[in-house]
Amino acid sequence: MWGSNAREAHPIFFHHLLKGVRRGAKLYVVDPRRTTSAQWADTWLGIDVGSDIALANAIAREIIHAGLANREFIGRATAGFASYAASVEPYTLAEAERVTRVPAEVIKKLAHDYALAGRAQICWTLGITEHHTATDNVLALCNLALLTGHVGRYGSGLVPLRGQNNVQGGGDMGAIPNKLPGFQDVESDESARARFEKSWGVKIPSPAGWHLSQMFDAMETGAISSLYVIGENPARSEADSERTVRLLEGLDHLVVQDIFLTRTAELATVVLPASVGALEAEGTATSSERRVQRVRKALEPPAGARDDLEIISALAKRLGHDWGNPTAEMLWDELRSLSPMHGGMSYRRLEELGGIQWPCYDENDPGQQFLHGRLWEEPRSGPPASFFPVEFEAPLDELDEQFPIRLTTGRRLDSFNTGVQTGRYRSPLRRPETLELSPEDFERLGLGEGEIVRVCSRRGSVEAPVAPEATLRPGLAFMTLHFPDEVDTNVLTLDTWDTKSGTAEFKATAIRVERLVDNGGNGAGRASANDRAHANDVERVG
Amino acid sequence: MTAAGSTWPRRQVELSLDGETVRVNEGATILEACAAAGIDIPTLCYLETLAPVNVCRVCVVEVVGARTLVPACSRKVEPAMEVLTDSERVRTSRRMVLELLGSSVDLSYAAPEVTEWIDRYGADPSRHGPPMRPSLAGERDSARAGHHHPSDGTTAATVAQPVKRDNAQYVRDYSRCILCYKCVEACGAEAQNTFAIAVAGRGFEARISTEFDVGLPDSACVYCGNCVAVCPTGALMFTAEHDLRASGEWDESRQHVTRTVCPYCGVGCNLEVRVQDNRVVRVTSPLDHDVTSGNLCVKGRFGLDFVSATGEDEPGGIGANRAE
Amino acid sequence: MDLRVTTERATDEERAAVDAVLGAATTGWAGGARSEIDRHVAYGGRAAREAHRDLLLPVLHSLQEKVGWISKAALGYLCARLDIAPAEAFGVASAYELLSLEPMSQVVVHVCDDIACIARTGSDPCGAVRAAHGPPGEEQGGLSWKPSPCLGHCEHGSAALVQRSGEGGGRATVAPFDGAALERVATSVAPVPELGTSAPAPAPASRAAEMALPVALVPQASSDRSSLRLLRRVGVVDPTSIDAYRAAGGYEALRRALSLGPEGVLSELKAANLLGRGGAAFPTAAKWSAVAHNPVRPHFFVANADESEPGTFKDRVLLETDPFALVEAVTIAGVVTGAERGFVYLRGEYPLAEERLEGAIAQARAHGLLGDDVMSSGHVFELEIRRGAGAYIAGEETALFNSIEGLRPEPRNKPPFPVDRGLFGKPTGINNVETLLCVLEVLSIGGAEFASIGTASSSGTRLFCVSGCVSSPGLYEVPLGTTLRELLDLAGGVRGGRELRSVLLGGAAGSFVLPEQLDIELSFEAVRSAGTTLGSGVVMVMDDTVDIAQILQRIAQFFRDESCGQCVPCRVGTVRQEELLERLSSRRPLGSVQAERALLADLGTVMRDSSICGLGQTASSAIESAVAKGLLASLEEVS
Repeated sequence: MWGSNAREAHPIFFHHLLKGVRRGAKLYVVDPRRTTSAQWADTWLGIDVGSDIALANAIAREIIHAGLANREFIGRATAGFASYAASVEPYTLAEAERVTRVPAEVIKKLAHDYALAGRAQICWTLGITEHHTATDNVLALCNLALLTGHVGRYGSGLVPLRGQNNVQGGGDMGAIPNKLPGFQDVESDESARARFEKSWGVKIPSPAGWHLSQMFDAMETGAISSLYVIGENPARSEADSERTVRLLEGLDHLVVQDIFLTRTAELATVVLPASVGALEAEGTATSSERRVQRVRKALEPPAGARDDLEIISALAKRLGHDWGNPTAEMLWDELRSLSPMHGGMSYRRLEELGGIQWPCYDENDPGQQFLHGRLWEEPRSGPPASFFPVEFEAPLDELDEQFPIRLTTGRRLDSFNTGVQTGRYRSPLRRPETLELSPEDFERLGLGEGEIVRVCSRRGSVEAPVAPEATLRPGLAFMTLHFPDEVDTNVLTLDTWDTKSGTAEFKATAIRVERLVDNGGNGAGRASANDRAHANDVERVG
Repeated sequence: MTAAGSTWPRRQVELSLDGETVRVNEGATILEACAAAGIDIPTLCYLETLAPVNVCRVCVVEVVGARTLVPACSRKVEPAMEVLTDSERVRTSRRMVLELLGSSVDLSYAAPEVTEWIDRYGADPSRHGPPMRPSLAGERDSARAGHHHPSDGTTAATVAQPVKRDNAQYVRDYSRCILCYKCVEACGAEAQNTFAIAVAGRGFEARISTEFDVGLPDSACVYCGNCVAVCPTGALMFTAEHDLRASGEWDESRQHVTRTVCPYCGVGCNLEVRVQDNRVVRVTSPLDHDVTSGNLCVKGRFGLDFVSATGEDEPGGIGANRAE
Repeated sequence: MDLRVTTERATDEERAAVDAVLGAATTGWAGGARSEIDRHVAYGGRAAREAHRDLLLPVLHSLQEKVGWISKAALGYLCARLDIAPAEAFGVASAYELLSLEPMSQVVVHVCDDIACIARTGSDPCGAVRAAHGPPGEEQGGLSWKPSPCLGHCEHGSAALVQRSGEGGGRATVAPFDGAALERVATSVAPVPELGTSAPAPAPASRAAEMALPVALVPQASSDRSSLRLLRRVGVVDPTSIDAYRAAGGYEALRRALSLGPEGVLSELKAANLLGRGGAAFPTAAKWSAVAHNPVRPHFFVANADESEPGTFKDRVLLETDPFALVEAVTIAGVVTGAERGFVYLRGEYPLAEERLEGAIAQARAHGLLGDDVMSSGHVFELEIRRGAGAYIAGEETALFNSIEGLRPEPRNKPPFPVDRGLFGKPTGINNVETLLCVLEVLSIGGAEFASIGTASSSGTRLFCVSGCVSSPGLYEVPLGTTLRELLDLAGGVRGGRELRSVLLGGAAGSFVLPEQLDIELSFEAVRSAGTTLGSGVVMVMDDTVDIAQILQRIAQFFRDESCGQCVPCRVGTVRQEELLERLSSRRPLGSVQAERALLADLGTVMRDSSICGLGQTASSAIESAVAKGLLASLEEVS
């Protein structure tokens, strides 16, 4: 488990993982924090934030040097091994220890256990992807699976855990810049495009669209002047939120369709109240394991709130396209006619089978429990799986004397994202947003538990209560994004994004902690608690 | 998440159930054999998603030749086994188990089948005398192993005690606890692996407890509610349901249950949302759903309030009042 | 695992008590100081957790002895050390009477008020101490007392266990016990220092010198020793000296076992037709053979010395006076069953026996008779003591396994049986002390010779714990098949020539025998056909001064107190049985006496038929036998 705190972020998945542990599976957890997930591990590797590729490449090098690479699988099913092997050569165990700070022998043991396991999985979440090297991080893990053959077989594989109930479905439905529904390429797959054009009766532009981060850049340049936001709260969820809000405010026209008047909706020209997808509407959702399941209406939405489908259809009608009153099932059946991998998933079958994992090409197809099984076919069918050599790059927001502490972010068990939904139930576990520091830093800075401090990054600052947290080591701090109305953590984060995926580097921010001290009755002064040598400067600034 | 390729052909075992010869898979329990043969066996501590703990003993059956009765829920079938599920010995034990529970525990929120069994086996809890005065708050929790003060026997000791209410989401009404261990199993190794509760004490003073009986907010509890979901007697109950029942507003005729997918993370947990008057009153997950096996986390279990949120619950006072 | 433990910090004393068993904490992740390496690596996991879970009970003992109770903070620290959830550890600790989860006085005196003491010394064994010191639990000058179930000194008719915590803490037993002199007794006793799991010091010489010949315990020892087999060495061989034991023929049985090899020993046991003395009379050869031939590894062997059946004291006498015999016998069992690790599960109420046994194990290890090359045979066998903490139920073999494993001492449903899934889920042999000592006898005289002792179906001798109203109470050894009358004659008959009312055979879980049944043969087959049991060998004699109703009430209280609470028939049934007897005793039946009689029978039926283990299954047997034999006056006079 790498860069994932599934114990809190995916609790029911973690139940399954613990069943495996109970049956004797070994668990390694790679995470800068010794999270509640890591506390279950046989071995926790507490790497420095952002050093994942150095670790992965060193594991690969060790596997290769120990003669544990799956040569037969590599030969039959992969391409590019030689250049990959050459690329990991500089990543010795000693080098990895220097970069990650995890002792070499621990890395070596992980390498050997992973390579020698009968079946092995690598599970990850945002600890891998919320970096400026997000895609490279993922590729580094994929390379390990190819190196050992731990892919394409029951019980082995690469498991990205989806953070939201239908984020997989969103991608499946083409809500990514370069794909039509069913991952059909909008640029290169002309026949697919033609089928959609025929069905929809419109011309589909072939160039790929923009991802979220590009859209904000486009707002910056004025290339985007209008925006239609459905069920997203970028004013809270994007990195460097001050910039985000400024850009949203600068739009000519902003339409927000949501179940609440979110921070983003507050900035909107028009707000379209929507029903809750999971509880007030019919449809489907696709989970992490590619399982399409039915979502059903349990409640009547409040007066005035309407189903997304109804809103969009009404909007289309105003724009001159009368779609009638399509039901969710009609829409789904249209999708099945256009997306081959969904072809066999009628509502009836979804009901009967309790969901189906794509691809499911026809009504006799049970769906697929795991992907890439073709790599094990003899002879292999389809193209080989390629190794992609990747190089370690340190996080962009560098630590220095001014900003000596690494802030990383994550979720807590009882909360979800920006708290739009979870902020509204009475969680007995709830506690206010807090800057967590290692007990050592907490003590060194002379802080009191619950004391309000100023947390500063190169982009901005927020005030938050502070608490010691034993799962953190000196130099590492933690906050969540759950309570942006109290503490807008994303004021601090860096919006530099991975050029391939568009994900910002939420996980690695350089901060300093400043004490708000009572300045002899003359109002609140500020003193740097990090480095008392700077206290005068800071106070002068204040 | 079904194990592919795990369906090896199983050897069959032949045995006799109430004189009828039946064949079932090797490794099946007597309970499973009875279910396949359409024989109804009462159970209280058994749940298909948990390993059998065979403590309630209401499922006992007679295996011809065995010295004692055996629990159907956990005893595996053996070739040529002769099982009697309704012999006089069986009926006596079931009657007495129900009498012993009925005379010591409030079974009024237990499943309707329990009342039916009490009738079927002729159990008469009143034979053991009128109930003793309820315990005071904390009294049973401080009982120590060993000597107790014997009563004069004219009243029957019970587990009656005040309801424990220490968090917003569920209450613990241990007057209804039959000590079936399901909550402990669901909190522990069988599902949640949090181990916030365990059986403490001994004998009649055995009880479900946190360490030193600390309140749930001071315990390891993560409010997944998986204990509540498996409780067969209403000893653990969601606060919303408990309060509606207490005020007499709980009305199953005005309720409907809808199965949907949890709106939070991407694991795909199915929810069974019970709604009364367009408000969510209970959230469970189907036992036969292979993602959850009936289990949920705190968000899926309790985190749906946002649907009916009113402005006053808003963090930061942003005015989105969906209820209006 | 992701523990949540209290933020209260354990005191240095508490941490030291835990560390005494576990060693000092080596990582900040498990209660120690945070080190540089902790910042980037932590080890844990299921395997590590399970590997030391069995140290929970020893750690709890250590806290109890050194601190006097187990506080929330101490529990938090030990949970962090052992990676156990606090609720689970609390659940375990709260199941034992000798562990306290609240502060208690520095000295606690547990005063026996059980049936053998009632039978021998009158109706209220705690009367004197109550009169002198006030009610139980009340602390005066760092001292309090509380009533206790049978302490296994029944031949004296009164006994107390002194539990002292803190500096110089330990336990000691006093028998006979003069309740009027509680303070003097409690302070004059030098408690046996607690023994950790580390290698114990050999028994101090002073203790050896103290060894009195326990003729009072074994009346036969001062008369005709020739009839003694299992008790042969009692009183004549120094229990603290392995040399003395070897000089008396000790370790010849092991030598013979090694030369016969496991199969040879099994055939001797088979020829001897040795049946287990624990109550179930299961053939020992079959049990050992099943373990020996089970392909699952590793195997374990356990000696059950958790003698707690009221009226039973034979294990205590054997372990206090002849501890090497058990060590030798368990070693043989280990060799034969292929177990490399063995345990003696010993009652927490027997400090002297523990000291002697610990000394015997240490000496055996020092002489190469335990360890990685037993008697230069290449066999590996390690033996350790696990101490109970005051729970009768832990004597049930599967509850005993759970107790060793650091779980609540709750019996497991059987099957699976221990030979398939026992201790730590592995094939395990388990026998009680007396059975194991019989193995020595089988090997020294040969299986055929052993089979010639006793009756055709019950071979060998049997130990009987004779207590109550007899002239010479104590431990007796007679060939199986001896009649009860002969045994009572050996013990000098009813004390003071009074009239015999009844004999309780087999203990609280046994049954009553009337004077006209004294010619019953004490053999497995004869007692079975008479509908009774030899049980643990209790022969408790009651004359016409003993209030049988009171004895029955005490038995009912005992089972209610000792029920683990797991299954409904026993958990509630023992309560209802007790309530019913209380009602009868105060002549306030619910409805008619006939209705009460029917209710008592129903309670007996459900407990016997449907309880998980032997405790519930036998919790009504003595009471039902008393009723059947007309010994309960309140039922007789009205109906």
